[in-house]
Amino acid sequence: MQPLKVKQFADLKWNVAVLIVVTSVMILVSTISQAQHENSSSKPVGATTGTDAAAQVMIDNFVYSPVPLSVKVGTTVTWINHDDIPHTVDSTQGKFKSAALDTDDKFEFKFTEAGEYPFYCRIHPKMTGKVIVQP
Amino acid sequence: MADKKQDFIDQRLHDLNNDGVDRRGFLKCMAWAGTGLVWTLAGGVPVSRVFAKGAKKDGAKGGDFTFVQISDSHIGFDKPANPDVTATLQVAIDKINALPERPDFMIHTGDLSHLSKPTEFDTLDQALRGAAAKQIYFVPGEHDMLTDNGEQYLQRFGKGAKGTGWYSFDHKGVHFVGLVNVANLKAGGLGSLGHEQLEWLEDDLKGRSTSTPVVLFAHIPLWTIYPDWGWGTDDSEQALSYVKRFGSVTVLNGHIHQVMQKVEGKVSFHTAMSTAFPQPAPGKAPSAGPMKVPADQLKKVLGITDVNYQVSGKSLAVVDSSLDGSMSASSGE
Repeated sequence: MQPLKVKQFADLKWNVAVLIVVTSVMILVSTISQAQHENSSSKPVGATTGTDAAAQVMIDNFVYSPVPLSVKVGTTVTWINHDDIPHTVDSTQGKFKSAALDTDDKFEFKFTEAGEYPFYCRIHPKMTGKVIVQP
Repeated sequence: MADKKQDFIDQRLHDLNNDGVDRRGFLKCMAWAGTGLVWTLAGGVPVSRVFAKGAKKDGAKGGDFTFVQISDSHIGFDKPANPDVTATLQVAIDKINALPERPDFMIHTGDLSHLSKPTEFDTLDQALRGAAAKQIYFVPGEHDMLTDNGEQYLQRFGKGAKGTGWYSFDHKGVHFVGLVNVANLKAGGLGSLGHEQLEWLEDDLKGRSTSTPVVLFAHIPLWTIYPDWGWGTDDSEQALSYVKRFGSVTVLNGHIHQVMQKVEGKVSFHTAMSTAFPQPAPGKAPSAGPMKVPADQLKKVLGITDVNYQVSGKSLAVVDSSLDGSMSASSGE
């Protein structure tokens, strides 16, 4: 039995160690979660937190659609070119700039700050659009 | 003004009908009320290249010459309107090489490539090496400046040019100016020359005799054709104010993949066909995207522009020919 007792003691020690680790992790997670909560609470959010939200802007017949596109902070917007002619997505404020998008090519940008983001096609500057990012 | 326009049309009809060339088919004139846009189209037998008044009487003089304009080759484009733009460029080159009079040089009014890829520029370069006219002057289209603000274009096709690729040269008494109106375009705007280039142009033309024929060439039209599709240049008026004092000004553009002409005083405006794919007439489609035509019709809507300069009248006659030879359009004074 003695050896068993020793083993039990050892198990107990091990369990305590695990408990400490788990607790630490939980505290850490809680801290992060708290930080995240504080972060997002400083910018009130709606139904979705927006951290993994997505939205699309289609390009058809030399027109971006929809315009404007309204999204929440944290949304990743994807532009998709459906034309037979290349287009680009260039922020007029210099915040983002796509390569030339050939047919069915995509461009993504994640909006992390609220505001208005006008953009245009540098090949066909008559093509303009806007993303409105809401807090 | 309206009378002058009508006079011009009548004169063109007269010249077309009385140049000694048997021409079957149709002859059609169309004026766009309000904008002064005039089309003159002649169909049938491949048209003679000399339409200028008095050309026949005087015959060819020592200083006469021709040059050819090609445009919008869009090497790299492979969509249904034309899956093989390299082949149609080759047809255009063959057509140029078969001209009865070898052109002194060629100009390419932009959109050499579709996506500014090195391989596209390579293909264009290789194809043009087969042209009989060895000297080729380029201006960039917006498709040639997609990746690096046109650095690659400048290195390969615009060596020695100023700014984003503008320059001038003289040939047998005619002053040619290649302009760039596809760089640094502003959101919501049209083509743009920009302050620096305009200053250079004013300076370049200063001191030249008003009797010097001037040819301006640039990618996007230097006259407003259809702003909704971006077919115009925001500051072209200023550029044109510098050439108003000259007796003969010809403006050659591409970009819209179809022939359009306008005459305003001493200035003739002209756009060339593409060697790659046609685009719809202004406002006649949801967008300016490639116009799809049946494969057997494609070469009717692609083409080259042959320009004949005659010392006698200090005039330039512009002749557009479709790649299949079924259609020619001419203008000139």
